[in-house]
Amino acid sequence: MTLLVAFLAITINFLIPRAMPGDPIEQQLSQLSATSGGNVGDIQAMVKAYRERFGLDKPLWRQYLNYLSDVARGDWGYSLTNYPERVSDVLRAGLPWTLALLGTATLLSFSIGTLLGGLLAWPGSSRWVHVLGVPVILLSAVPYFILGILLMFAFALSFPLLPVAGGYPFGFTPAWNWATVGYMALHAVLPAMSIILASIGTWAIAMRGMVISVRGEDYILLAEAKGLSARRVFLAYGLRNALLPQLTHLALTLSHIVSGAILVEVIFAYPGIGYRLYQAIHAKDYFVIQGIVLLLSVSIAFTMLLMDLLYPLIDPRIRPGRQNK
Amino acid sequence: MPTRAALQRILPRRGVAVSRETPGTWRRAGAAMASEPMLASGLLLLLLVGLFAMLGPLVINTELAQIGAAPPRQRPGAEHWLGTDVQGRDIFAALVLATPQTLKIGLFAGVMGLGLGCILGLLAGYFGGWTDTVVRTLADVVMTIPGIAVLVLVATNVRSMTVALMAVIVAGLAWMYPTRTIRAQTLSMRERPYVDIARLNGMGGLQLVFTEIFPNLLPYIAASFVTAVSSAMLATIGLEALGLGPQNEFTLGMMIFWAQYYGAILRNLWWWWLPPVAMMALIFIALLLTSTGMDRLVNRRLRVEA
Amino acid sequence: MEQPLLDVRGLHVEFPTARGPARAVDGVSFRLNRGMRLGLVGESGSGKSTTVLALMQLIKAPGRIGGGEAWLAGDNLLAMNTAQMRQARFSRIALVPQGAMNSLNPVLTVRAQIDDLLDAHGQKPDPAQRLQHVAGLLQRVGLPETVADQYPHQLSGGMKQRVCIAIAIALSPQVILADEPTSALDVIVQKQVMQTLIHAQKEIGAAIVLVGHDMGLMAQFAHVVGVMYAGRLVEIAPVRDIFANPRHPYTRMLISSLPSFATRKVFRGIPGVAPSIVNPPSGCAFHPRCPKAEERCSREVPAEDVLSDAHRVRCHFARVGGAATAATAQAGTTP
Repeated sequence: MTLLVAFLAITINFLIPRAMPGDPIEQQLSQLSATSGGNVGDIQAMVKAYRERFGLDKPLWRQYLNYLSDVARGDWGYSLTNYPERVSDVLRAGLPWTLALLGTATLLSFSIGTLLGGLLAWPGSSRWVHVLGVPVILLSAVPYFILGILLMFAFALSFPLLPVAGGYPFGFTPAWNWATVGYMALHAVLPAMSIILASIGTWAIAMRGMVISVRGEDYILLAEAKGLSARRVFLAYGLRNALLPQLTHLALTLSHIVSGAILVEVIFAYPGIGYRLYQAIHAKDYFVIQGIVLLLSVSIAFTMLLMDLLYPLIDPRIRPGRQNK
Repeated sequence: MPTRAALQRILPRRGVAVSRETPGTWRRAGAAMASEPMLASGLLLLLLVGLFAMLGPLVINTELAQIGAAPPRQRPGAEHWLGTDVQGRDIFAALVLATPQTLKIGLFAGVMGLGLGCILGLLAGYFGGWTDTVVRTLADVVMTIPGIAVLVLVATNVRSMTVALMAVIVAGLAWMYPTRTIRAQTLSMRERPYVDIARLNGMGGLQLVFTEIFPNLLPYIAASFVTAVSSAMLATIGLEALGLGPQNEFTLGMMIFWAQYYGAILRNLWWWWLPPVAMMALIFIALLLTSTGMDRLVNRRLRVEA
Repeated sequence: MEQPLLDVRGLHVEFPTARGPARAVDGVSFRLNRGMRLGLVGESGSGKSTTVLALMQLIKAPGRIGGGEAWLAGDNLLAMNTAQMRQARFSRIALVPQGAMNSLNPVLTVRAQIDDLLDAHGQKPDPAQRLQHVAGLLQRVGLPETVADQYPHQLSGGMKQRVCIAIAIALSPQVILADEPTSALDVIVQKQVMQTLIHAQKEIGAAIVLVGHDMGLMAQFAHVVGVMYAGRLVEIAPVRDIFANPRHPYTRMLISSLPSFATRKVFRGIPGVAPSIVNPPSGCAFHPRCPKAEERCSREVPAEDVLSDAHRVRCHFARVGGAATAATAQAGTTP
């Protein structure tokens, strides 16, 4: 399934620009030469290289095969705006930032949201849970980046508590050191909070639904009849059984989360993949756009595969196994 | 073999033992509203937004939304209720123009997505086999690819974006969830007794799908419609905020894009970005309330009927 | 007469509905002695499962216990607070639930589900002792020790039911409530499970309340049989008496609907449908379906008529007719 998706993503990536009228490279280049007044000689050389590399004069199926082999080899092309920077360089620069932000934010919001949802559905939870639940759920209706704008306004501009934008202070060169990590963390707070606060509600609502249906199961009755503590019944009998569909839900909405995160990066000019995409769109840096889109699709597909591998750990019924009846 | 009419008299339709009198549609609608405050408040908000969108242009001079119509960077005041932007556009006028456009895109995309979703879901659920596999795989694949990515790809390759084109593109993203829901419901309804009876009576595939199953899906379709519109609007606004929306028309997303582009947030021109943000938040919250309220209403009806 | 182990008096359980409270259990009383097996029979909705759940305070809101007492060795189960009840559950009174198929947590091993019971009651904390105890429990219900480390989905229906029995006897309770433990099983497995239950009971010397709707099963298994209808206990007697001399029309019809090799006649069901507990028939709840009903039956609820030491009936005509009536009832002709 994952391979199918990756394959389809690559193919779509290949086909769409070619299906559109006009030659993309010519388009970019004429635009470039008009706006940047770039060195015509350099650009001509690039055009020639691409013509040869992509074989745009060759039949379509040939081009497709070339494209496939290029992608597989890791040659994803050159950035038009920052030539001779390669697309893979752009990706490598932005990826750690995005992973740090997205990874932490999703993890936190999933855990907190799931727990909150479970508590909302369980009788005997403290009233605070329900009080907290209302604004959290309302917030979930709002797209992440809108919340980002509001948070930026509140915590970076009105009360300058946190950095407004970017990933590091002006003039700083990021590298693999602790200072960078520190700045990364500081600048990721607001973007992360936008994602977390706006998505907790979604997890909570979904989990609440699952836990409500789990509560009606017979094993909950027996668990209570056994005289187990409320906590044990909630965690080991209730939450754990509702967790599997919740994880499936996570896998399904992964692409939606990524989309939201991209916009958050844009708002905060946070130097991740999303922001680079935005810059590429405006510079009409066609190959970078293609590369980023491809990366996103393929990584989501592979993350889903990873999650598929995770399920057997949680639900013993899914393990391939000894069935000795 | 008993006649269809006789069977219809014996077998309850839709699995409900119906009493002789069912109250009229309006009364039922009223009862639905009263029992679901979420639904009622959601619809009320939507109504307010809709009214604003429709009546606004009548109240305000929309000429003010043109570039240079007023002195730039004015704070909100008596002359310009929401101030003006960097290019001299009256924000209130812009808002009045932008809201209906955004609603339009969301609505059209939602309807298109839902229509496609219904058809695919019904066919996949009822006919099963190959049809089902193909539809399901397609939906799964499209769901995996981050919507924004596909939209971006398509949008960057389009010469000039218009409202109509946006609606079509965004609809391409809104059909998956309705397809899944409708398919699931169709699958379960396929096994119900009244479908069997109809089949025994010689009703053919498509006719059966549309006369027996479809009417019972209406509550789910209604609930999915709201979700479809919601996700369509989300996708629209996302694209627009990235700058890929219709460049020459007013929509809420484009307002935010221009505000961000000109650094309104950093320059503390809060009256520029806050109105569209607030309006969007309002619309989304309204949609959420409506869809949650509807979900609960549909489920409750089912629990009573079952 | 020895002091009863479990003495239930006037148990009332109700569920509020839009049209007033629905009486799921209406004034049920019975006594259980050590080693005794009581069978509670009735149609679906007669209140038998609810009775048993009420004894362990497992009635979920909005249902509530409306009144009554349940004395177990000097303590009123129905008056216990949460902490006391939690402590009493399974250590003094245990449940073998209806539908063992779904009563085991799918994500935990059998061992984990026995362990958490033992942990909750602070039993056998020493690991070696614990392992031994679990193995012993499984052995007592006729299961191999390897079952402990398996997951519920890997076990057959009968095995799952026996695991539930093992859990129920784990703390050697005084009373075991078995709620239709064999309903979903085939007859051969049914017999195995019932034998396991009896064996386990003898080992720990408990009393059993068996809830079911199979009169034939009760005939083989129970010492005393109680018949429930619309939330009321309409007849209760030692098993021989109830089959030889059923006094309540409903009991008679239940018995006569049992297939037997002796008579080759058309099966007799009981006409009509089970009564609604929200809007029960006035007076005696059985009167709409009762072949002996008279005008009085629709007005007055029959009071309990104590026919003999252990035989109680709720019917206006309990004393009318004799052994002959019962014999003809069993032969399948109209009483």
